Amino acid sequence: MSLADSDRELVVEELDRDPTPAEAALFENLWSEHCAYRSSRPLLSAFDSEGEQVVVGPGDDAAVVALDDGTYITIGIESHNHPSYVDPFDGAATGVGGIVRDTLSMGAYPIALADSLYFGEFDADHSRYLLEGVVEGISHYGNCIGVPTVAGSVDFHPDYEGNPLVNVACVGLTNEERLVTAEAQEPGNKLVLVGNGTGRDGLGGASFASEDLAEDAETEDRPAVQVGDPYTEKLLIEANEQLVDEGLIESARDLGAAGLGGASSELVAKGGLGAEIELERVHQREPNMNALEILLAESQERMCYEVEPENVDRVAEIAERFDLGCSVIGEVTEGNYTCTFEGETVVDVDAYFLGEGAPMNDLPSEVPEQPETDLPEVDLEDVFDAVVSSPNTASKRWVYRQYDHEVGVRTSVGPGDDAAIIAVREAEQGLAISSGAAPNWTDVAPYEGARAVALENATNVAAKGATPLAAVDCLNGGNPEKPDVYGGFTGIVDGLAEMCESLSAPVVGGNVSLYNDSVAGPIPPTPTLALVGTKDGYDAPPLSVTADADDGATLLLVGDLGLEGEARLGGSEYLAQFDGSDRFPALPDDPAALIETLAAVADDDATRAVHDVSHGGLAVALAEMVSDDAGLEVSLPVSESADETVAAAALFHEQPGRALIQTDSPDAVREAFDGVAPVVELGSATDDGRLEVTVGNRTIATDAAAIRERRETIERELE
Amino acid sequence: MTVSIIRFGGSNCDRDAERALEHLEIDAEIVWHEDGLPADTSGIVLPGGFSYGDYLRAGAMAARSPIMAEVREAAAEGTPVLGVCNGAQIGCESGLTEGAFTTNESARFQCEHVYLRVERDDTPWTAAYDEGDVIEIPIAHGEGRYEIDDDRLDELEVEDRILFRYCDENGETGPDVNPNGSKHNVAGVLGERETVAVLMPHPERATLPDVGPTDGQGILRGFELAETEA
Repeated sequence: MSLADSDRELVVEELDRDPTPAEAALFENLWSEHCAYRSSRPLLSAFDSEGEQVVVGPGDDAAVVALDDGTYITIGIESHNHPSYVDPFDGAATGVGGIVRDTLSMGAYPIALADSLYFGEFDADHSRYLLEGVVEGISHYGNCIGVPTVAGSVDFHPDYEGNPLVNVACVGLTNEERLVTAEAQEPGNKLVLVGNGTGRDGLGGASFASEDLAEDAETEDRPAVQVGDPYTEKLLIEANEQLVDEGLIESARDLGAAGLGGASSELVAKGGLGAEIELERVHQREPNMNALEILLAESQERMCYEVEPENVDRVAEIAERFDLGCSVIGEVTEGNYTCTFEGETVVDVDAYFLGEGAPMNDLPSEVPEQPETDLPEVDLEDVFDAVVSSPNTASKRWVYRQYDHEVGVRTSVGPGDDAAIIAVREAEQGLAISSGAAPNWTDVAPYEGARAVALENATNVAAKGATPLAAVDCLNGGNPEKPDVYGGFTGIVDGLAEMCESLSAPVVGGNVSLYNDSVAGPIPPTPTLALVGTKDGYDAPPLSVTADADDGATLLLVGDLGLEGEARLGGSEYLAQFDGSDRFPALPDDPAALIETLAAVADDDATRAVHDVSHGGLAVALAEMVSDDAGLEVSLPVSESADETVAAAALFHEQPGRALIQTDSPDAVREAFDGVAPVVELGSATDDGRLEVTVGNRTIATDAAAIRERRETIERELE
Repeated sequence: MTVSIIRFGGSNCDRDAERALEHLEIDAEIVWHEDGLPADTSGIVLPGGFSYGDYLRAGAMAARSPIMAEVREAAAEGTPVLGVCNGAQIGCESGLTEGAFTTNESARFQCEHVYLRVERDDTPWTAAYDEGDVIEIPIAHGEGRYEIDDDRLDELEVEDRILFRYCDENGETGPDVNPNGSKHNVAGVLGERETVAVLMPHPERATLPDVGPTDGQGILRGFELAETEA
């Protein structure tokens, strides 16, 4: 790739001369889709990012949100999609590294990671190769740096075959005094580069991320993928912590896309300033690197700090203590962003123009239509077996067992539950985290599906008794130059924005990844949302029911609109398995009241268990709630004369905003939801580990052991 | 008198150990390995993590760092030393304990809760339990399979140096409840003195009541006990 002709014209006009090769390369990378959001920025104004809890909104390395007067968390999310296709292990590992450094540059200490992963069909060898590599890469990097991976999602869909997605979110902890931003403060301050030596790796990663994956990408684009070193990252985390403790940092930016050129120019541009950088001062790990390579290499584990001149020696001392390289590469100025190499000026441009001057794309889009209803005829028990054992709904234990999810001793609820809970003792609050999207939903209905994704993440958090605080999104799409792809992408942006606003969950940051397109076609539009919520204390009701011989309490289903009206199966795992189509389910009218009420009920002393109902529908949620110690005997209010299709719809539709609640006070729950959402009594728990579900004139009978075996699909196939 | 938690580059359970000991009201501080062992050290934790990135072999490089000579000396004089996870690997690599912890049978990292059977109750680390007690403690390791030559393992058994074994919730051991393929289901062993012990599971992750089980408290209380006896 090279700088597009139209962009070159703009640059020549601004500079009043031809750009140097280094400038042209900088513009090419910083004006790429990946860095400049040229096709997505016009859409992103749909998001409401305001709220009294928001300290730093979109545009910095990570967002900052207040838990109380002085305790802040940071949240950021990043995609590492193309690198993970080319080299799954290193691509995924460096994705973790990047989002963790985004946390460091806010003066925060990373306390949790969440990974949402998307692959082609599980049965395909190539999907399994990518899954194994990606999980191992995340495990290798995340475990080593001591940041627990507590939440996430794994989905399989045929349209990810040629382009998997790896979306990584990180939560950090900081406070008012420690907060640092990426806005350069003062001319005369020094720019200090700390971390790994710079080598010729990851050259042109930003522009590689901004085009479709070529058929030969696995071999041809390998040099664009960086290789991570988690040991150095861990040293960088601890060095950064000490630098922040001692108040030595004026502003900070991690080196990611477009390397040193990207980080240093963005830092000074945000402060309305410039810089003078001497590239030969950069500590290097390869001989004879030229200016362009030093400027653009995406070598990992590096941070750029703005430091007051009198503090430079102390910064160098701390770096040395942690065996990290350190070089004073230049200083902040009031002029242009300039770089010299061995005495020659190789870059001399206005930093703001470099960062913000890329023209936006105005692309044609087509609004996708929802499919007609065409339902398959199948046997209910066959569907139950297939849906419960589908890799999409099956247990993800094989994945999260490889992640250290307890390091840090804050994990009160770990992966495998609706949401994780992290103990933030500094604010005496539990931080609930849910991250994911739903390819089947947004494939059939981008706008409604994205609304559903936001509601689903909020329901996960509320099931653990927490209410939404803020969210970050990772918007993944195909080639935006295709009108139908861009139309679908516009749908997920607007849908996500609408529901997050309804839920008062400001979208404080995010990432856009387009051109997830290959010879196999575009991915489904995929709006990963990482949503955090807060609650008092760190306890939460379990997902599994409990029972004694004579006391099974009552199992209630709240929020199911399908049982009252028409249950739509669009986007369901059922239709994905048995081929068919339908419209996407209607969502609740007042989702905010629903979420708030659910969170309050979850925290009630009479509540024994709560489980969100979503992927795989009621059938999967019920199956997940039974254990060897406690079963369920339930009956769905479906007429005995109803046919198999109606019964299947009741059991397998995937309307989000529903929860199963086991309670000792069913009347209190009904009262709480009065006027908010429908409440239906399904039955009660038993002490025998059996699951018996009656729908109309049909009954599905199984037990915890059989369910466990069905849910072990991934583990069984990969061990 | 303070427990020194030795931080190597790449240690990542040092803060957790500090927080857990603090919860038990045992004085502890993190010591950077290059700064040497403080004079008032009353006990030593070799914490979990990935010292030196586990490059070369887990624990191998940390075991050869200068501070480990001081740790060995202190251990020989009776200072209690507890190695956890990567600390257990360092303990074996440095000769504080025998055998080695190597790649899991699954060849994958495993993070999960397991049951341990307490094999002796007459050491500082297990005085809070009774022999045969079953405790629930998390593991999180990729290299936790205990390996040693069979003859020497038999001798260690005779010498009663096996401190913890992986088991089921009823205390039964066997291949089905062996998470990593350790010989004889060994999860933790004693050094030459009973005041030196290493184990792969994480007692500091089973100490704080606000986030989970607390069965690991008794192990960390070994520092308290050793101090009282001293």
